[in-house]
Amino acid sequence: MEGVKLRVLAAMSGGVDSAVAAARAVEAGHDVTGVHLALSKNPQTYRTGARGCCTIEDSRDARRAADVIGIPFYVWDMAERFHEDVVEDFYSEYAAGRTPNPCLRCNEKIKFAAVLDRAMALGFDAVATGHYARKGGDGLLRRAVDPGKDQSYVLAVLTPAQLDHSMFPLGDTPKDQVRAEAEERGLAVARKPDSHDICFIADGDTAGFLKNRLGSATGDIVDKATGEVLGSHDGSHQFTVGQRHGLGLKRPAADGRPRYVLSITPVDNRVEVGPREALRVDRIRTGAPVWLAAERTGSFEAEIQLRAHGEVYPATVTVEDGGLTARLHKPAFGVAAGQALVVYDPDAAEGDAVLASGTIDASASSEAESLEAAGV
Amino acid sequence: MAYLDHAATTPMLPQALDAYVRTAQSLGNASSLHGSGRTARRTVEEARERIAEALGAKPGEVIFTGSGTEADNLAVKGIHWARRADGRNRVVTTAIEHHAVADAVAWLGDHEKADVTELPVDKIGRIDTAVLAALLDERAAEITVVTCMWANNEVGTVQPVADIAALAAAHGIPVHTDAIQAVGHVPVDFAASGAAALTLSGHKLGGPTGTGALLLRRDVTATPLLHGGGQEREIRSGTLDVPGIAALAEAVDHAVRTRETEAARLAALRDDLVARIRRAVPDAVYNGDPDNRLPGNAHLSFPGCEGDALLMLLDAAGVECATGSACSAGIAQPSHVLLAMGADPDDARSSLRFTLGWPTTEADVDALVAALPEAVRRAKTAGLT
Repeated sequence: MEGVKLRVLAAMSGGVDSAVAAARAVEAGHDVTGVHLALSKNPQTYRTGARGCCTIEDSRDARRAADVIGIPFYVWDMAERFHEDVVEDFYSEYAAGRTPNPCLRCNEKIKFAAVLDRAMALGFDAVATGHYARKGGDGLLRRAVDPGKDQSYVLAVLTPAQLDHSMFPLGDTPKDQVRAEAEERGLAVARKPDSHDICFIADGDTAGFLKNRLGSATGDIVDKATGEVLGSHDGSHQFTVGQRHGLGLKRPAADGRPRYVLSITPVDNRVEVGPREALRVDRIRTGAPVWLAAERTGSFEAEIQLRAHGEVYPATVTVEDGGLTARLHKPAFGVAAGQALVVYDPDAAEGDAVLASGTIDASASSEAESLEAAGV
Repeated sequence: MAYLDHAATTPMLPQALDAYVRTAQSLGNASSLHGSGRTARRTVEEARERIAEALGAKPGEVIFTGSGTEADNLAVKGIHWARRADGRNRVVTTAIEHHAVADAVAWLGDHEKADVTELPVDKIGRIDTAVLAALLDERAAEITVVTCMWANNEVGTVQPVADIAALAAAHGIPVHTDAIQAVGHVPVDFAASGAAALTLSGHKLGGPTGTGALLLRRDVTATPLLHGGGQEREIRSGTLDVPGIAALAEAVDHAVRTRETEAARLAALRDDLVARIRRAVPDAVYNGDPDNRLPGNAHLSFPGCEGDALLMLLDAAGVECATGSACSAGIAQPSHVLLAMGADPDDARSSLRFTLGWPTTEADVDALVAALPEAVRRAKTAGLT
């Protein structure tokens, strides 16, 4: 898209990254309009001080950044869509014993779907965001230059068509340089802290947020190996596979080592725990993949990533039965269903390229007979 | 750029700007007893007399405020507080008031345990006086104040304020009318209307922002919102804004004196605008009272389009208009006025308000008519989200 003047819609959260991204799109010669997405029906309820991404303050910060950059600015009300596609999905995934990634869902359903569709219909050519990722000359999505900030994982759910109409002006720049640039440009958000928490959980208390909606019901915490009941909890949806803290177990394990959540069974409100070794998996199965690069068949060598900013695993990936199976060459621990498995083609020079992504359905260790037998 | 949002604010008239600048250069607190104070006071009193004269009021009935919103709050809360008694705690309002009245009434309901009755409107946004008559027959003794706007800020429908005031007067109940959109645009005579209180605002008629006034009959008491130096009959304390008041008087005087010819000019431009929009976009729906409405107001719905999207596209094309009245945190809510008129929420979100003012010319209408069809085509593609 370089050299061509495009009508660009810059999604502006009120943070430093999206502000600099918008400014860079202007500098690249595009005709840029800033839009802040209002994601809460009642902005008060998502208020999280300076850290959230959808408060009245954030809307004001985005507006002031647009003033300084010198672009028109509007607020788009996406609250209803956001609630249906992201917040409700968050509840139902936890209720099903899975661990969703709402930022990824928001990219998939809101920013690069509802917003992009609306922008295209209204005559825009592209949506620009402050995500840290690169788009190669080959049109592939690649990791950002700054490995600590790389967000290609949460963008891997995009389809090639969505990616075609997306711009990530920050992918080639380390975060500290983006802050310095914001300062130089006179953007007041230059020193605003990064947002880390889930934007719609104001106080960061995810367990409390889920309990409010999904209720509480006493269930057992069981030793997976022995079947012994070790304690109780008041709702299986408050747990994530791999979780170590907050189990509230009174007695230590016989061997004195910490215990982890191994599996969650919402049907009987049961949480199984055991030693870290029991979390080891080397086979992971996903649902239907989204291919960002040319679709492949059979088996191939690649690298996979299982959570945002998580570790990278070399693996053999096989396309089979409508999904992906990854056979890891080194084990992973605590793989939660519901998270995305993102397949990368390693490329040190241009940045690892995203090949495909799929939602994790099941995982197992090679010691178990099959994925199904692992009971996840 | 074509500015078609004069109901939001309209530029200051040159003579009002002159009066402001001239007065702002002279020293004096209108409450001071020395020469400078007397000069300032004279400016204020002359302004008071001019406004009274222009609007069929007595000078002593003019209370200067800092905005139309303040005057509305003072009238609604002040008269309610002053008349509230055992068994009398009900405010009667309409479903289509501006937030300056609607939210003041809602606050009385939520925080002061006032009972609230909302009068409905018909499909063209007109109050049904029969509903008020029936309510008065049944509950007159409970009512502290009736408040009904003179003309609606969104759809422009002019209300039968004199009929409403006459009905209420038969029961000794004071009527407040928010005439912010009406003064200088349709004939307004305070005494003839029978209203006990009337709000006007400077920046809607060519005066400065931050100026307003409440016309309040001398036999009606309003409990103050602001306590202090006891200015304005001890009803509105605060040092008088002498330049603002001088400019407000200049603007009111000019707007009222030239109203007849200016209203005819704007109504003709407006009718032309509506006719040309309907030719360019045949499914557009003209909202409000087709006959008895503000001369500079055109309010239309564009089925299948979101008003926000249209506004953005027109803005990019250099045409400025509004979707309705202002919104919280920039998030558009379906207009309570259109909902009260029986529109479904989707229709309510698909509307635009074009308002003409003293600088508007045929060129502004041309610019709108040129840009609108493409905006509608795109907004229709985007649909309702």
